[in-house]
Amino acid sequence: MKVGVLALQGAFAAHSSVLEQLGVATTEVRLAEQLADVDALVLPGGESTTISMIAQRTGLWDPLNAFVRSGRPVLGTCAGLILLAAEVLDGRSDQTSLGALDVSVRRNAFGRQLASFEMDVPVVGLDEPFHAVCIRAPAVERLGDGVEVLAEVDGHPALVRQGAMMGAIFHPELADDPRLHELFLAG
Amino acid sequence: MSDTPVHETGTRLVKRGLAEMLKGGVIMDVVNAEQAKIAEDAGACAVMALERVPADIRVDGGVARMSDPEMIQGIQAAVSIPVMAKARIGHFVEAQILQALDVDYVDESEVLSPADEAHHIDKWAFDVPFVCGATNLGEALRRISEGACMIRSKGEAGTGNIVEAVRHLRSILGDIRKVGQADSAELFDWAKRLQAPLPLVQEIAETGKLPVPLFCAGGIATPADAALAMQLGAEAVFVGSGIFKSTDPAPRARAIVEATTNFNDAQILAKVSSGLGAPMTGIGMDDLDLKLADRGW
Repeated sequence: MKVGVLALQGAFAAHSSVLEQLGVATTEVRLAEQLADVDALVLPGGESTTISMIAQRTGLWDPLNAFVRSGRPVLGTCAGLILLAAEVLDGRSDQTSLGALDVSVRRNAFGRQLASFEMDVPVVGLDEPFHAVCIRAPAVERLGDGVEVLAEVDGHPALVRQGAMMGAIFHPELADDPRLHELFLAG
Repeated sequence: MSDTPVHETGTRLVKRGLAEMLKGGVIMDVVNAEQAKIAEDAGACAVMALERVPADIRVDGGVARMSDPEMIQGIQAAVSIPVMAKARIGHFVEAQILQALDVDYVDESEVLSPADEAHHIDKWAFDVPFVCGATNLGEALRRISEGACMIRSKGEAGTGNIVEAVRHLRSILGDIRKVGQADSAELFDWAKRLQAPLPLVQEIAETGKLPVPLFCAGGIATPADAALAMQLGAEAVFVGSGIFKSTDPAPRARAIVEATTNFNDAQILAKVSSGLGAPMTGIGMDDLDLKLADRGW
C-alpha cells in the first residue's frame, strides 16, 4: 500500500512522518502523474485558498477530483477538510472545493490564531481520547446523509467519516500519536 | 466525560502549529489592503503587514516602527489568510499592541529600527506566536530560547540580493549537520561557541533539525531565488520588496508561489520564470551603507 500526501503547501511533511512511523510507504503528490499509483490520499492542513489555487493552475484539480470520488481512502485535515467539503462558508468568492464529502464547512470558524487551541476529545473507535490541535480551525456546520460523526469539539462535529473518506477540523499529524492515521488506514 | 473540556490556547504546540501550516508557502510583504489582495490572489499562504517595504526603508532612512493599527486592520479585513506584522527588536509594547490587534504572527524584526540594544522580547510572555531572524545557529537558538516559534534567515532585506540569505541558511543548516556529528562531550563546547543553551544544542544533536520551522527571508526576487532557498533546506519563504518593487507584481507573485511548491522541478521552474518583466533592480553588498542583519544580539 502506498499513501499519497498532497504536497502543494502546508503540513504535508508531518503527515508523511506519522505514516512512515507506521511503516507505510508514502509519496508526495504535486503533479497529476504522482497520483496514478497511490492507494490512499492525505489532504493536509495549510491555507485552503493557496492549495486550491495551485492545484487549479498546475492541472492537478481534475485528477484530484477523480481520485476523491474513486472510493479509495482519503483523509482531509483542516484545509484538507475544506477542500473535500461540498460547501465552503466564509471562503473567497472564487474558492472552489472538490465537493466529495457532503458537509458544509466554515473557514476560520473559531477566529484567528489567538483562538487556536488544543484539547482532548473522545473518538469513536479509540479507547482513549485523542489530543486535538486546532489551528485557525474550520467548523462543520451541516452534515449530509451518510456522514458519520466520530468526534466532537464543543458539541459540534470535529471528525467525520463518509465511506472511505475522513475529515478532521484538527491536526492529528501534530499530536505525536499515530492512532488517527491507523484508524484512517483501517478504513 | 468527567470534566468539561477546556480549550488550551497560546501553548507552544498551538503557536508552532501555525508555522507548520505555512510550510511550503510564500509569505508576502504588503503595505496596504490592495497589495494584500494581490498577494492572496497569487496564492500567498500569509501576508506581512508593514508600513514600508524594506527597499523603501533603506531609501527613506529615519526610524522604522510598527505599522499603524488602522492599516493592519484594513489588511485583516481585506484577506482571509493569516496576517503577520512587525515589531521592533525589544519593543514589547509594540508586540502587546499587535497581540491586541489579533494578528496571527509577530515578526520581531531587524528590518525595523531596534528599540533595545541588549534584549529581545520575552516571547514566552505572549499568546501570539513570534518569528525572529537569524544569521547563524547560535542566534537562532537564542531566539528559540526566548520563545520564538519560527526562525527565518535574515538575509539582507530590501536588496533583492539572495547572497546573504544563502550565507545564513548554509551557516544554520551546516552547523546543524556538524552538531549532529558531535559526541556528547563536544556538545558542551558547541553550546559555548554558539552562545546558546545546552539543552537546545543537545536536542538538535538528537533530532538533526531546529525545534521550530526554518524559513528563508531577505533578498528573494525571482522564482529561482525561492527554489534555491527551498533546495538549500528552507521550509517556506518570505518575499519582501521583491514582489511589489518589480515591474509587474501579480504574475511574479504567482510564479514565486508555484516555484516554491515545485522547487525541485527545473522544467516547471523554467516555465514559471518566463516573461515576468523586470525584477527589482537590487543592490550589491559592497554598495550597502546599512546592514540590517547586524541588528539582533
